Amino acid sequence: MNKYKKITLDGIFFNNPTFILVLGTCPTLGLISSALSALEMGLAVIVILTLSNVIISALRNLIPNEVRIPCYIVVIATLVTLIRMVLDKFLPDVYEALGGFLALIVVNCIILGRAEAFANKHTVAESAVDGLSNGVGFTMALTAMGIICEFLGKGSLFGFEIMPFSIGMLSTPAGAFIVFGLSICAFTAIIDKFQRGARVKANRLARENLMGVNAAGEQTVEEVKA
Amino acid sequence: MATVIAIILSAVLTNNFITKQTLGICPFLGVSKKTSSAVGMGVAVTIVMTLATAVTYPIYEYVMVPLNFAFLEIIVFIFIIASLVQMLEMIIRKVSPALYNAMGVYLPLITTNCAVLGVCELVIGDMSDLIGGAAMNFGWAVLYAFFAGLGFTLIMIIMSGMREKLNNIKVAKYLNGFPISMVTASFICMAFMVFTYIA
Repeated sequence: MNKYKKITLDGIFFNNPTFILVLGTCPTLGLISSALSALEMGLAVIVILTLSNVIISALRNLIPNEVRIPCYIVVIATLVTLIRMVLDKFLPDVYEALGGFLALIVVNCIILGRAEAFANKHTVAESAVDGLSNGVGFTMALTAMGIICEFLGKGSLFGFEIMPFSIGMLSTPAGAFIVFGLSICAFTAIIDKFQRGARVKANRLARENLMGVNAAGEQTVEEVKA
Repeated sequence: MATVIAIILSAVLTNNFITKQTLGICPFLGVSKKTSSAVGMGVAVTIVMTLATAVTYPIYEYVMVPLNFAFLEIIVFIFIIASLVQMLEMIIRKVSPALYNAMGVYLPLITTNCAVLGVCELVIGDMSDLIGGAAMNFGWAVLYAFFAGLGFTLIMIIMSGMREKLNNIKVAKYLNGFPISMVTASFICMAFMVFTYIA
């Protein structure tokens, strides 16, 4: 169980695809001007990433190593086409809001990156958890930045108006760049602080263990002498 | 003629791929540390964008739409782009080893560049705000792709110049790397927002 916990934490925090690895930047910058479209994009990526990880992991012994990238792209492109048709039919509003970025999920580095780095050497269950947690990490990052950009740039949240005034610049790509850059800065600082805390704790435990062992060792030596 | 000017201005300045449509950000942030590599990447992207549009547009318009499999556009396009890039790499290596050394390393990266697939998807979509009521044709599609690539190269060069200057400045620990480049990019976007008023 510990293994799955580590995969989940890595996907959401320590290897967050948006803030730590800085992958999939085009849809991020293009869609965070509105919190709702950012959330919708995240959900679409969760579905595609989980399914593609599961399929690629299930086929990992069948796919020849030399042509693995084209095989992954076929799987991902098929999934994106399916999602696109489903959204077009049942949720035309979402289809409109995501626009061109829906088709561009195919070339989103996160999905190909997880296939190449994780799914092709792990079991189906592990890959599913990895896809899900990376997707959740991506969605959380996008939605958080979407909320900031929309609140400051349009004075609204998820389409509901809150403030009568706004800084219009923040809902353009220029604002998206600034918010994204400063969010990366803040996130890495927090994670770094957290990991340093964990490292200090681990060091203290190790030292105590060592001292305990030493103390026990001295004791046994004394016992032997006695 | 008015349409040609509108396409050129829109592709290079007002609807620039990086500053307005936020496509092709990975090479923009990844390969803009030095001006020479930024120029190489920009030229490679321009060539691939133009060729990819020149191949995918007729295939979509004259083969896929009449035969009713337009819904497979993503799969077909990504395969055309991948094979085009592979072919271009082989041709350049054979014809001009010097050019291959300068440009070859950027070519494989271009397959997963949003700008290439993005321009192929854009020209088959709704472009009526750009060309008015006239019907889209092959020439305009290729022209748009070429100038969109030039606009991309322009931003790459500006960005690499700014980053070369940034190298001489001491930046706070957590701002170093991606965050400071994104803030820099934001200023380029702000400068290019001015051009929206000429449209």
